[in-house]
Amino acid sequence: MSIVSETTHDGAVAVSAPPSPDDGLSAAELAKKYGLAVSGARPGLAEYARQLWERRHFIVAFSRAKLTAQYSQAKLGQVWQVATPLLNAVVYFFIFGVLMGAHGSMSRSTYIPFLVTGVFVFTFTQSSALAGVRAIAGNLGLVRALHFPRAALPVSFALQQLQQLLYSMIVLALLLVGFGHMPGPSWLLILPTLTLQFVFNTGLALILARMGSKTPDLAQLLPFVLRTWMYASGVMYSLADQLKKAHAPHWLIDVLGANPAAVYIDLMRFSLIDGFGANKLPPHVWALAGGWALLLGVGGFVYFWKAEERYGRG
Amino acid sequence: MYKRQALNRIVRRKPSAGAREVHAVKGVSFTAYRGEAIGLIGSNGSGKSTLLKAIAGLLPAERGKVYTDGQPSLLGVNAALMNDLTGEKNVMLGGLAMGMSREQIRERYQDIVDFSGINEKGDFITLPMRTYSSGMAARLRFSIAAAKDHDVLMIDEALATGDRAFQKRSEARIRELRKEAGTVFLVSHNNKSIRDTCDRVLWLERGELLMDGPTDEVVRAYEKETAR
Repeated sequence: MSIVSETTHDGAVAVSAPPSPDDGLSAAELAKKYGLAVSGARPGLAEYARQLWERRHFIVAFSRAKLTAQYSQAKLGQVWQVATPLLNAVVYFFIFGVLMGAHGSMSRSTYIPFLVTGVFVFTFTQSSALAGVRAIAGNLGLVRALHFPRAALPVSFALQQLQQLLYSMIVLALLLVGFGHMPGPSWLLILPTLTLQFVFNTGLALILARMGSKTPDLAQLLPFVLRTWMYASGVMYSLADQLKKAHAPHWLIDVLGANPAAVYIDLMRFSLIDGFGANKLPPHVWALAGGWALLLGVGGFVYFWKAEERYGRG
Repeated sequence: MYKRQALNRIVRRKPSAGAREVHAVKGVSFTAYRGEAIGLIGSNGSGKSTLLKAIAGLLPAERGKVYTDGQPSLLGVNAALMNDLTGEKNVMLGGLAMGMSREQIRERYQDIVDFSGINEKGDFITLPMRTYSSGMAARLRFSIAAAKDHDVLMIDEALATGDRAFQKRSEARIRELRKEAGTVFLVSHNNKSIRDTCDRVLWLERGELLMDGPTDEVVRAYEKETAR
């Protein structure tokens, strides 16, 4: 089979011999003389950010494609986007609300939304981390086939998780209303909370993507780290109450309460649940939420960019 | 003790004893000039595709550098496409992945679909790609990949798939792309297509550059070697 067939020449054609003044120049000197650039070199940080911005449509399209591809084989199709978190919430309702009935000082109508909010918000960070660690390692084929700023992949996966969370938020809103927590102005706090958490998650995904590209074993280790993190973030119980009951030192309560997952979860509970007042929030909660987002967002981007030219090596 | 060593290697990023590091291409050095069409030949596993990826900057070399004028790109978009998406969405996704703007893709959308011939037997472009026959999917992939212009074009063999009519069309399209591109690299096991296309050939064997010269000379030597 002939792939390319063009007869621009007959028989032997003289190969373009290098012009004589270039003889004796090294490859690097030759490249400099004719203004050639190193192929696949890492651009500057600002230029890299610009290139990434230029690919924003690809990032969005890729994340949406991944999201829809998830359920495209199912008969109910995209209904599962909402049905999956709904079933999750139902399971939690039966186990913790009906069977165990252990909600500490909270009433049931506060505890169920408290629990489901915690699970959904933590899942958002958890799945961004899990997708991030495989973002490069699991897409080497794409990395070795096409040119684009590699940060597009972890950012795109984080964005996919954000869209997933928005479906979960629909379920959460129904549940809240069902338990008598009516929408109020405080619900508007969802927007800054989610924005900050998304920036935090994206930074986390970028960091893990670089680490996972060098050491794919992290994908096996990460679920255990994340589960530990979940227990330390008060997803299913009020962390402060439990620690006080165990007579934990005060500084430990402060430190665990300041961890980013706990901060974003508590802010979300504060915005949505009537019985969850400002007294349950750690001190300087917005500064913590913004600080974590800034630290991971900027730090993660720079950290990822530093290895940009090496991701193809795997 | 052994476990500690493994952990140490992970932490210090040393190559592990279990996973040997293999250098697919070693010490290859050459200068390509604008307007040249360069063929890469050699037996399976000789490092042709790896060299192509290294030139494109997609698989960076451990040692040494590749200097280019303009961005070399591989002809191919397969890795960006998803079987669960419709052909329509894949055209958009593939185009964006190659760095085309949405306007450019919209402009060329009809050409891409017409070229692929996907819609000749009904409205297939709105169906998920997993419902396509392998020939149809290959045709759509090629059509998307060939929609973009390239500075330095690198073609890995066996691109022109599909039925005879589509092969003819894709050959013509590759000719067009070649005219627009400054420099062309072609990897192929088909000596005829190398002879037809290239005026210079690099012969790789075990990752080393065995010969670099005019097509006839190198291909003749290669054929002599492989005939034995």
